[in-house]
Amino acid sequence: MNVLVDRFDVFASGFWLTLQICLLSAAGALIIGTLMAVLRISPVPPLRAIGTAYVTVFRNIPLTVVAFFTAFGLPELGSNASFLKIPVLDSLFTRLGMDLPYFRFFVLALSLYTGAFVCEALRAGVNAVAAGQAEAARALGLTFTQNLRHVILPQAWKAAVVPLGSVIIAMIKNSALAGFFGIVGDLSQAADELTSQEGLALIPVFIGISVGYLVMTVPLGILLDRIESRRPVTR
Amino acid sequence: MSDVRTSPEPAATGTVPPPPRRPRTRPSSVLYDAPGPRARRTTLIASVVTVLLLVAAGYLWVYRPLDGKGQLSQEKWGPLVDPGNQYFQQVWNRVGTGFRATLTAAVLAIVCALVVGTLLALLRVQLRQLRLRRYPELSGPVARLLQGLTWLLNIVTRFCVEIFRGLPVVITIFFVARGLPEFGFDVDTLWYLVIGLTIYNSVVIAEILRSGMDGLPGGQREAAESIGLSPFQTTRMILLPQSFRIMLPALISQLVVVLKDTSLGFIIGYEELLSITKQVTQILHNPLQMYFAIGVIYIAVNYALSKLAQYVQRRLARGRRSAGVAQTAHTPAAVGAVRDEEN
Repeated sequence: MNVLVDRFDVFASGFWLTLQICLLSAAGALIIGTLMAVLRISPVPPLRAIGTAYVTVFRNIPLTVVAFFTAFGLPELGSNASFLKIPVLDSLFTRLGMDLPYFRFFVLALSLYTGAFVCEALRAGVNAVAAGQAEAARALGLTFTQNLRHVILPQAWKAAVVPLGSVIIAMIKNSALAGFFGIVGDLSQAADELTSQEGLALIPVFIGISVGYLVMTVPLGILLDRIESRRPVTR
Repeated sequence: MSDVRTSPEPAATGTVPPPPRRPRTRPSSVLYDAPGPRARRTTLIASVVTVLLLVAAGYLWVYRPLDGKGQLSQEKWGPLVDPGNQYFQQVWNRVGTGFRATLTAAVLAIVCALVVGTLLALLRVQLRQLRLRRYPELSGPVARLLQGLTWLLNIVTRFCVEIFRGLPVVITIFFVARGLPEFGFDVDTLWYLVIGLTIYNSVVIAEILRSGMDGLPGGQREAAESIGLSPFQTTRMILLPQSFRIMLPALISQLVVVLKDTSLGFIIGYEELLSITKQVTQILHNPLQMYFAIGVIYIAVNYALSKLAQYVQRRLARGRRSAGVAQTAHTPAAVGAVRDEEN
């Protein structure tokens, strides 16, 4: 058991890197997902088609394939994902600015993949708002933006927040793939490192790694349950 | 889950549809009025501009760089699309083998997960009922002991469910593959993958079924108990079948998740679609093309499955309406299902 104490630094730094991946990917996924949701509910048919195609592709493909695609495809497209070297962010998340692009590739893959699920959660939220609400708002003479701001989005947010949360939980769990894609030092790679290379006992390492993930997923899940039971969605 | 994309129906608000059917609205029509002539013109212009921009972007950022690097050459695509190519047969044979391995793992995992998940759901529902029982027919200490035991079991199952639901399935598979051989359980890598997937998915399925049972109207249980069924009989004969029925779409979606997760087999060296593709690319040096091909395969299979889930959901919704069973049973269950099906 003293593996947990002796190698605490490995677990801690692994946790920190996983947390970085999760934060960056969550931000990316929310941006992409919102954009795609806007496209999917827009009145212009080709834009809707783009949104639908995006969701169909990324929801039905394994994250592993997406990750391979970003790792092999982007260099062929002549990009090293260096557009993710965002000035202020890369001083906070130092891996973003590194020359080795795998961190950026993986964050990109996870954002793209999760974005599809975020899009669906948001769209389901907007669709959960009764059509009569928007019609009533239009009948009152609210403009499109007023309608969105005061009538639809507050209600849509209420319906979307729990599904969004579960998407983020799933994303945190998916981030465990990082270690198997050439990213050194995250929780799952630490598991591989400590058990395969250093040959430490399995059970303590398993406990340490598990705690690292559970610390992120379980409180979030409990929070969601609480929100869900406190605010039953009215339909 | 419910995709309300229907054939373009005029959003005429003047004609009222027959009362029992809710009018199916396109997603856009919740937010927008039926377009007038000006809006239609704007939409048309915007459509044309979008298509033009898309084509331009595709040419500039996808076609040109790919062509420039020779990624569209016959040398790279030939093994996949040209039957005359010397590798064509071999490549598709390997892909076929991988696809079969993927399906085998997925089917085994989903069957095991269904069985274990159902048992787990039964156990948890039973334990929750037993917790309230006071055992008046037994003497004090024995009754207290039984109560303590159910309490303990309740905590343990709850704990296990929370742990394995919160753990990444990659980690579960990884440690199953590493851990079981150490405990003298040495089997084919297929079984490590299946066991890892089963652990995670049975917990998820148990939660799906449980939320289905919780979502049923209370009258079902009361009626069953009033005709003299025991609590276990009630759960087994009345609640569980209905829960299966309501949760069928969510269960099919879980199948999609399992199918996608079999691709994690490459981590433990199970030769499924993805790891075989990886091997092929090391020989033919065409990763982009190979991954494109298997991406299409995954999308086709999973898309068909999720369409099936939608079809089943629509069928069930229609059946429920015409049968006149309380519609309230549907809502809480469906909300609960949303939480688990994403992955």
